[in-house]
Amino acid sequence: MPAKETIKPVSEATGPMGESSPLKEISVRTVETTKRIDEPQRRSKVSIKGINAWFGSKQALKNINLEIEENAATAFMGPSGCGKTTLIRCLNRMHEMTPGAKANGQVILDGIDIYDKSIDPVVIKRRIGMVFQKPNPFPTMSIFDNVAAGLKLNGVKDKKLIKEIVEESLEGAGLWEEVKNELDKPGMGLSGGQQQRLCIARALAMQPEVLLMDEPTSALDPIASFKIEELVHQLKKHLTIIIVTHNMQQAARVADHAAFMYLGEMIEYGKTLQIFQYPKQELTEKFVSGKFG
Amino acid sequence: MSENTEKQERFHRREVQRAMVKNARKAKIIDKIVSIFAIACVILAVIPLTSILIEVIKNGIAAFNWDFITGRPSAIGRAGGGIGPAIQGTLIVVGLATMIGAPIGILTGIYLSEFAGNGPFPNGVRFFNEVMTGLPSVVMGIVGYILIVLTLGSFSVWAGAFSLSLIMIPIVSRVTEETIKIIPNSIREAGHALGIPKWKITLFITFKSAISGILTGVVLSIARIAGETAPLIMTILGTSLFFTGFNSPVDALPLRIWRLSSQPYESAQTQAWGAALFLIMLVLVLSVALRLLAQRRGFAVKAEI
Repeated sequence: MPAKETIKPVSEATGPMGESSPLKEISVRTVETTKRIDEPQRRSKVSIKGINAWFGSKQALKNINLEIEENAATAFMGPSGCGKTTLIRCLNRMHEMTPGAKANGQVILDGIDIYDKSIDPVVIKRRIGMVFQKPNPFPTMSIFDNVAAGLKLNGVKDKKLIKEIVEESLEGAGLWEEVKNELDKPGMGLSGGQQQRLCIARALAMQPEVLLMDEPTSALDPIASFKIEELVHQLKKHLTIIIVTHNMQQAARVADHAAFMYLGEMIEYGKTLQIFQYPKQELTEKFVSGKFG
Repeated sequence: MSENTEKQERFHRREVQRAMVKNARKAKIIDKIVSIFAIACVILAVIPLTSILIEVIKNGIAAFNWDFITGRPSAIGRAGGGIGPAIQGTLIVVGLATMIGAPIGILTGIYLSEFAGNGPFPNGVRFFNEVMTGLPSVVMGIVGYILIVLTLGSFSVWAGAFSLSLIMIPIVSRVTEETIKIIPNSIREAGHALGIPKWKITLFITFKSAISGILTGVVLSIARIAGETAPLIMTILGTSLFFTGFNSPVDALPLRIWRLSSQPYESAQTQAWGAALFLIMLVLVLSVALRLLAQRRGFAVKAEI
């Protein structure tokens, strides 16, 4: 069973290459499989290099290094206060917006260091979407305007294009069917789960390359959570997803890779299966087996 | 040993429960007393308010006719005439003061809540705001007199509007700051996460979410300045003529009420009551209208906190 699991993503990866002879496919598979045992990455979308972060004088992250795979879901997990939310907020330079907070190190997105002095932190956020713990639609805006806000307020004027993107994004977030007849109603009128999917649609409308999700289901009931998880599976085909969760089952369900953090340090990082079944560190083993956290 | 502690625990539980039952009875009585006291206070507060309203309506309604609202005041001691110039003057001076004071006050409030933080400069601004809110309005009149009346050489609409806007600015800026602060930070963060520049987030998301509260503050301050008398004596002076220009004196309702009520004639006294009634109604209509406007335009959607 585990062997099958490891092969599956590989066939996906080779899929777009077209029809190959079964023999060739097998040989590719074996080569890929052996290669992928130690080095699970397909292509790194984001590399985190030596990130340190502080709140005032308290260090929240200690020298984090990580490679995030493209078009896959990566989960950050760990007990409360371990720095997983801080880390995800460092990835779109949101962390430093908190008064007294600072961060240094490198986060390289497609070869560009987003902490470089020449990079405008506002612009970088347009490429990296974010979904928050509590659904936070804009209170005065309709459903349509909520999704269109990012485009409109960033200077997109083409109404037809905005309309298309709004529909596309709502479809992408699995909300279109539920709201297509009430796009002009306030976004606040939706249920919690719908609001969260509205927030996902709002992030998708910006056509991001990376989507950061900060405990997106912690304020939702199990059914709404399940829908969000389904969505992650859909979205990761075209999008690099990083999800923070304190729910281990959720990490196991949605993530291809998982990182376990504790007290601001990265304890272990690897394929989700490996983290859960063959953790290398004792702390990870204790966490995933529910002995603390 | 363990049996002993268990016994002890059970004993404690019984003691605590007994105490709580006793307390609950006491709490109920205190609860009643406090709510009766509160209701009594409300009644006490409402009595003068309603009696003023009743008195103003009873005495003032007799003065009302078309000529009273549109006509010019008659010569002292003669019956008839109206408060037309005063109504016109109040609308012009208060309108102008709002046009000067509301934007400055709102922008100050936005600056204080969204951009300033807690440095010595913004804290100084906050401190002076508070001082200015507590300042007697006659001081604003003196400021207007010295800065504008003496400079331009005559009592004028400008001077009146300037003085009234000085009263308005600290009120509006405080209300704006407080209202915008209530908007949850997650809303701003959502904007930042979309890569929207900060000024646009402030203007189109934060400010828009707070606008119904800010409008309430503006209405309150308009009501406040519409009733000011002291600063107007020193700036617009008052006249029995209709508006002739922004550089000349003009009349205003509070001034007219004061002039009429200080005359020893009964017709003038009645007219003073009538003018007071008109002023109250004007403020009432204005606040209701602004509130309806805010609701219709969908601004009043409350932010979930």
